[in-house]
Amino acid sequence: MAQEIAIDANYRMPEPVRVGEETGSSTAWIQNLIFTVDHKKLGLMYIGAALLFFAIAGVLAALMRIQLAFPDNRFLSPDVFNESFTMHGTTMVFLVGMPLAFGFANYLVPLMIGARDMAFPRLNAFGFWVFFFSGLFLYFSYFGAPGLYAAGSAPDVGWFAYSPLTMKAFSRGHSTDYWTLSLMLGGIASIATAVNILVTIVCMRCPGMTLGRMPIFVWCMLVLAFLVILAVPCLSACQIMITLDRYIGAKFFDTQAGGDAVLWQHFFWIFGHPEVYILVMPAFAITSEIIPVFSRKPIFGYPMMVAAVVAIAFLSLGVWAHHMFCVGMISLANAFFVTSTLLIAIPTGLKIFNWLATLYGGKLRYELPLVFCLGFLFQFLVSGLTGVMLAVAPFDWQLSDSYFVVAHFHYVLIGGLLFTIFGGIYYWFPKAFGKMPDHKLGMWHFWLFAIGFNLTFMPQHFLGFLGMPRRIYTYQSDRGWDELNLISTIGVLFQAVGILFFAYNLLYSWFRGRKAGDDPWDAWTLEWATTSPPADYNFSKTPVVKSRRPLWDAKHPDDPDWAHE
Amino acid sequence: MSTQTETLADWKLPCQRKLGMFTLIAAESALFAIFVVAYLFYMGKNLNGPYPSEVLHFPWLGSIALFSSSATIWLAERCLHSGNKPGFGLWWGFTIALGAYFIYFTADEWRHLIFEKDLTIATNLFGTTFYSLVGLHAFHVIVGLCLLTGVLVADLRGRLHKDHTPHVEAISYYWHFVDCIWIVVLTVVYIISVRIPQ
Repeated sequence: MAQEIAIDANYRMPEPVRVGEETGSSTAWIQNLIFTVDHKKLGLMYIGAALLFFAIAGVLAALMRIQLAFPDNRFLSPDVFNESFTMHGTTMVFLVGMPLAFGFANYLVPLMIGARDMAFPRLNAFGFWVFFFSGLFLYFSYFGAPGLYAAGSAPDVGWFAYSPLTMKAFSRGHSTDYWTLSLMLGGIASIATAVNILVTIVCMRCPGMTLGRMPIFVWCMLVLAFLVILAVPCLSACQIMITLDRYIGAKFFDTQAGGDAVLWQHFFWIFGHPEVYILVMPAFAITSEIIPVFSRKPIFGYPMMVAAVVAIAFLSLGVWAHHMFCVGMISLANAFFVTSTLLIAIPTGLKIFNWLATLYGGKLRYELPLVFCLGFLFQFLVSGLTGVMLAVAPFDWQLSDSYFVVAHFHYVLIGGLLFTIFGGIYYWFPKAFGKMPDHKLGMWHFWLFAIGFNLTFMPQHFLGFLGMPRRIYTYQSDRGWDELNLISTIGVLFQAVGILFFAYNLLYSWFRGRKAGDDPWDAWTLEWATTSPPADYNFSKTPVVKSRRPLWDAKHPDDPDWAHE
Repeated sequence: MSTQTETLADWKLPCQRKLGMFTLIAAESALFAIFVVAYLFYMGKNLNGPYPSEVLHFPWLGSIALFSSSATIWLAERCLHSGNKPGFGLWWGFTIALGAYFIYFTADEWRHLIFEKDLTIATNLFGTTFYSLVGLHAFHVIVGLCLLTGVLVADLRGRLHKDHTPHVEAISYYWHFVDCIWIVVLTVVYIISVRIPQ
């Protein structure tokens, strides 16, 4: 830190309060977890909580796929099906996607910029616990929200909760209120964490770490924080409006009083589209770290990569109504949102080419992180192509709200994001736990999950073309959807076994993995300069950076990067 | 090209607290933007009265109080920087009084609207968007007052130290922000919407 702190002579630091005196006991361990303000522990807690919610929402998805495996199936009732897709979507977006991003940012940003901790450690802990509570609160609705049949009932209005479904007349009981309040809490937590990330990156970089020398991971997290700060308050505003409508008779979305249900869609997607880029930002971040290290080349076109990610963020603030082509907007609005959406393909395509150029001619090491990132490249390309197709309004009129859309965004979020998350977990696992992840188990995980994922979601493109709408709980057998649905469900089995391999690998490597050492991948960013796992204070001596690859400089004093940059 | 002379001493970065407050202000601006857009979007679309032009009066006194509180907090900060402790307490206290008067003024306006003009949040779109926007702003003024009072209490008890200056400055930024929002609300609600025909 550059600031000099002047302390008055009569000002005394309070005595540190010791908690969990009996080290090693389980109470001490739990106390440590609850009271900690350490960015590394909080980062791992974010990732752990996100994986827990991921498992729950994954089970909900599997239940829905079982229901849809055969025509006229009676496995889930229609209302349970509605609850399942609502909870699945809400969980995956707010309790899995964002916390994973925050977890990685928390753990890695201070290490990568050579800082001791985040700028506001207590705010960091506040953010985590509010997020975790919001998740528990959402799931409590299964037991605590009196629904139509006097039984517990989860929210069933879909993750974007279109008005007037959320109005009192159509959503009796309190399930929608659990959804609303949970997201309001989650919004507060996300904004707190985003403020923290942004301030940390701007104000706590170690000497020499100029903006132009930050790892691209850190750049992506800066952009992510920026997007959260601008987008998430819009969601909070939406939640305030619903609550006012439902409880004190406000008329925001009450069409009988002149209110406008379409306004909800605009307000929601003003948040919702930047949210997509918030979710996918860790994919860009992690890939940009892994590909150079495992190709043994610096990232190709660093300034262009940074410019692309900033451009994507700005464009993403002006594309929201491409979710609403079917609403019937004026053609000027359609044209505007088609154009702005197509423009996003340019910086995104640029990123893909730069990753390919980094791989090109590199000395590739097919370790787990790189394998998952290669999977990402292929699958993210598919999702990008279907994205460009859906951006064209007339095409969207045909396929909006069909399984084609479901396939598209699952290719973004699983094929794109989740694959890199797995890659990232394998890449930084040695840093966090000091043990190497098992390669063989990891390869089983990769192939099972890749096969299962493509088996599940590739047929859904065709189901969309054949006219299958999303969010239907069953279908008749004369529609020609039977085989594709069955294949799609079989894919889930592969994915589930793949996830079991992943979980087993984490546990196995934690207990039995071979020692990793400080820098097992021969990497170049600052987090590998400290011990594995890092000490509480991260670095015993504040690092000083002279180039984008400080560890390269340290390892190759004869040919340092700063001589060329 | 990098220079070899970079050391710990000449590596300066922005103040964390101030930047934290600026980022929070950015987030709050986004929140207000949605409510302002809702107000503008529903302007002139009421199915029944009362309408803005019938019931709203330009809030001269409240606005003057709030705007001048931005000046007094600036004066308080100047005293803080020049080490004038009594001056700081005086201007800071003045700021709180002006803010509190603004809240009193708004409360009185709401009493008038609710009990004499029969305009509640559930009456029509005007009521909905008016109370939510003005209420959101008033809520922020109240939060600001709590922060200001906290600083005053710390000052009176002699707990305000030199290294708290960034905290005090961050709070004053928040207060200026609340003032700026009032310029927007004033323009949208009391200048534009009262001129829209129903």
